[in-house]
Amino acid sequence: MTKKPASASSSANATAARSTARTRGGRRAPATARKTAEADMAADVKTASPPALSREEELEAYRVMLLIRRFEEKAGQMYGMGLIGGFCHLYIGQEAVVVGMHMATKEGDQNITGYRDHGHMLVMGMDPKGVMAELTGRRGGYSRGKGGSMHMFSTEKKFYGGHGIVGAQVPIGAGIAFANRYQNNGAVCLAYFGDGAANQGQVYETFNMAELWKLPVVFIIENNRYAMGTAVSRASAQTDFSKRGVSFNIPGEQVDGMDIRAVKEAGERAVAWARDGKGPYILEMQTYRYRGHSMSDPAKYRTRDEVEKMRTEHDAIEQARQRLLGEHGLSEDELKKVDADIRRIVNEAADFATHDPEPDPSELWTDVTLPHDGPRA
Amino acid sequence: MPTDVLMPALSPTMEEGKLSRWLKKEGDAVKSGDVIAEIETDKATMEVEAVDEGVLARILVPEGAEGVKVNTPIAVIAAEGEDASAAATPAGTAKAETTAAKPDAGEAARDEAPRRPAAPVQADMELPEGVKTVSMTVREALRDAMAEEMRLNENVFVMGEEVAEYQGAYKVTQGLLQEFGARRVVDTPITEHGFAGLGVGAAFAGLRPVVEFMTFNFAMQAIDHIINSAAKTLYMSGGQISCPIVFRGPNGAASRVAAQHSQDYSSWYSHVPGLTVIAPFTAADAKGLLKAAIRSPNPVVFLENEILYGQSFPVPDVEDWIVPIGKARIARPGEHVTIVAWSHAMFHALEAAETLAGDGIEAEVIDLRTLRPLDAETIVESVRKTGRCVVVEEGWPQAGMGAEISARIMEEAFDYLDAPVTRVSGKDVPMPYAANLEKLALPSAAEVVEAARAVCYR
Ligand SMILES: Cc1ncc(C[n+]2csc(CCOP(=O)(O)OP(=O)(O)O)c2C)c(N)n1
Ligand SMILES: [Mg+2]
Repeated sequence: MTKKPASASSSANATAARSTARTRGGRRAPATARKTAEADMAADVKTASPPALSREEELEAYRVMLLIRRFEEKAGQMYGMGLIGGFCHLYIGQEAVVVGMHMATKEGDQNITGYRDHGHMLVMGMDPKGVMAELTGRRGGYSRGKGGSMHMFSTEKKFYGGHGIVGAQVPIGAGIAFANRYQNNGAVCLAYFGDGAANQGQVYETFNMAELWKLPVVFIIENNRYAMGTAVSRASAQTDFSKRGVSFNIPGEQVDGMDIRAVKEAGERAVAWARDGKGPYILEMQTYRYRGHSMSDPAKYRTRDEVEKMRTEHDAIEQARQRLLGEHGLSEDELKKVDADIRRIVNEAADFATHDPEPDPSELWTDVTLPHDGPRA
Repeated sequence: MPTDVLMPALSPTMEEGKLSRWLKKEGDAVKSGDVIAEIETDKATMEVEAVDEGVLARILVPEGAEGVKVNTPIAVIAAEGEDASAAATPAGTAKAETTAAKPDAGEAARDEAPRRPAAPVQADMELPEGVKTVSMTVREALRDAMAEEMRLNENVFVMGEEVAEYQGAYKVTQGLLQEFGARRVVDTPITEHGFAGLGVGAAFAGLRPVVEFMTFNFAMQAIDHIINSAAKTLYMSGGQISCPIVFRGPNGAASRVAAQHSQDYSSWYSHVPGLTVIAPFTAADAKGLLKAAIRSPNPVVFLENEILYGQSFPVPDVEDWIVPIGKARIARPGEHVTIVAWSHAMFHALEAAETLAGDGIEAEVIDLRTLRPLDAETIVESVRKTGRCVVVEEGWPQAGMGAEISARIMEEAFDYLDAPVTRVSGKDVPMPYAANLEKLALPSAAEVVEAARAVCYR
């Protein structure tokens, strides 16, 4: 996506005032705090009526969300053909989260996430060919075939992985933010993790340090309702993840993660907060993954109706499409062109990833350690 | 163009499955994401989704078919208004294509794994004859190393529990806060897992953190970041992301602090590719190696020893004293038996050598200094001369450094051995508290003397 400098700072204060969904440690009246989690969820997320995007913004968001969706569908297909091995976690259904958040950032801001990372890379402008070729374990992949689906990086695009240990990206992300503050470079790090990861101890160690040191980091909890086969309510005593920072005084919000406009709006507020030196901010993105946890997920923990309902009633791409055709006045033909363009990009990526050679056997021994008296990578 | 829907693999090991049910019939409109069929393996039932929009033009494999090979076309999806018959792909074509597309470099790789290239060894910088030295403690040497590197490089900073205001739990960071301020000398909460990960992130993003663990016993809480995040990322990123970070602190037995506070992690970290592991004995090595570690672009585990902190040694009084990583030091030359040790165990090795000399046995004592990369060359060269080797380590024997060193000697100097390689190690028990038991649990000079005599058959 092309980037423009963020102008979030001034608008953020205005929007913050009318937001009712925020939680700030210790400030809530006890009566409110006793509300059930479900009631909170409903109240918090439904009251928001996000501001409309401009025609250009909506079209660009649609384009990138569609790129991620088609890329993931293709990856699923290629996995089925045996071209992709091991674990492959698809992002289908959650596209609005990264795309909306990305629209709220500016050039130089960093991203870090777990293993469900393809969307996060594409949104940062990483080349779909390089990503797909890493999935197939080829030499043209971002990690030259040595990382795979879960481990890709781009220092140029400020993407710091791609981490396979649930929760590990959270302190690492705060460390990147620590470096931002240390170097006073004005950048904000977005650290994404799942509802399951939100139960890891290191997340809370990180919340504490991030607020203590006022690090410019936004913690984005992608609540897709399941950690593998475990529904949120079976694993979490507090299912309102926006409150997970309360005892550290970190503000949090629940956001409709299936609505690109809501994500962007909340994202701007959170990023401005972090950039202004006020410290971390938590955004719980309520989202949904349509596919299995990874490719070999029999999906016995949820009904087909549940998936179908999310898909037909809440799909972020479909919503954006309707707005483009409706209020933005685009024609079906114009959108067909976008679709065709995306298909071409994805097919080219798949083609490259299928035919690119595997790494040279000598690569087995490279990139283990650097010369001790040489430069860093 | 009409597209084939292929029988998908549900896992890397699946070869065939049953097509249990079609959920759409020929002529149905489908869009991307629609479930069109269910397939079954011995492990699970899975749904097949359409990946394209269009019409389910033809079903090629009927419901209930068993043993359908992965990658066989099972249906054809045509775009609206497209001629379905155009897609009469004969079964098997797609599979063949896929196989053909697979480069065979992988097979070659499996057949003949390339040999590991020799690691480049840094140029030695041995102490020039007659250079002036000053006496200082290991503690002071470590502090000076950090202070010098912080003066040289703005990106170097120190973090850990009690490193700043308290001046270090063992006073190793004494005076750093006063000179460099709170931005660069950072007191952390008691949160090893968290601050180790945070340090790794800071290193990824351009800084050079020196992370102090109050002792390495507590680094077990952080070992995931040391290994999974710091050591492996250069490789997993294809050389893109380096992690110049030093994890340092006291390691091994202190004195009378019992099992949870007295473990030696030498072999744990030395097991891991991507890590560099250093365990100095003298103050000169502590200073020169810590400076080298801070400058290294690699993650370094720097194992200090609490008992050594207060010991004084001569340290070269030169501008920028650097000791190369990966080179062992002959601490005492000899011809009859090689004694290998590092860190605190060097005391036992040197004391034993002195005793043995009284009996006419000249021991060659090697101070490893770096445990990974292991300077096997220096060990092997010595053993070729002496024909005998005793390894002294304070850690447990099983899968320890001594086990590794004897394997290397067996591989590279078997014909030169006149006696089995012998280990003198910590006893295979958690560290006891009682003074007498603790003493028994640790190796001693007497045990080293006994082992050396045994391998010399005297
Ligand atoms: C420390 C650790 N424990 C377990 C796993 C295995 N595992 C991988 S993903 C996952 C579920 C995580 O769910 P969530 O954080 O909600 O993310 P999502 O997959 O929904 O995106 C588990 C248990 C792991 N990779 N790391
Ligand atoms: Mg989840």
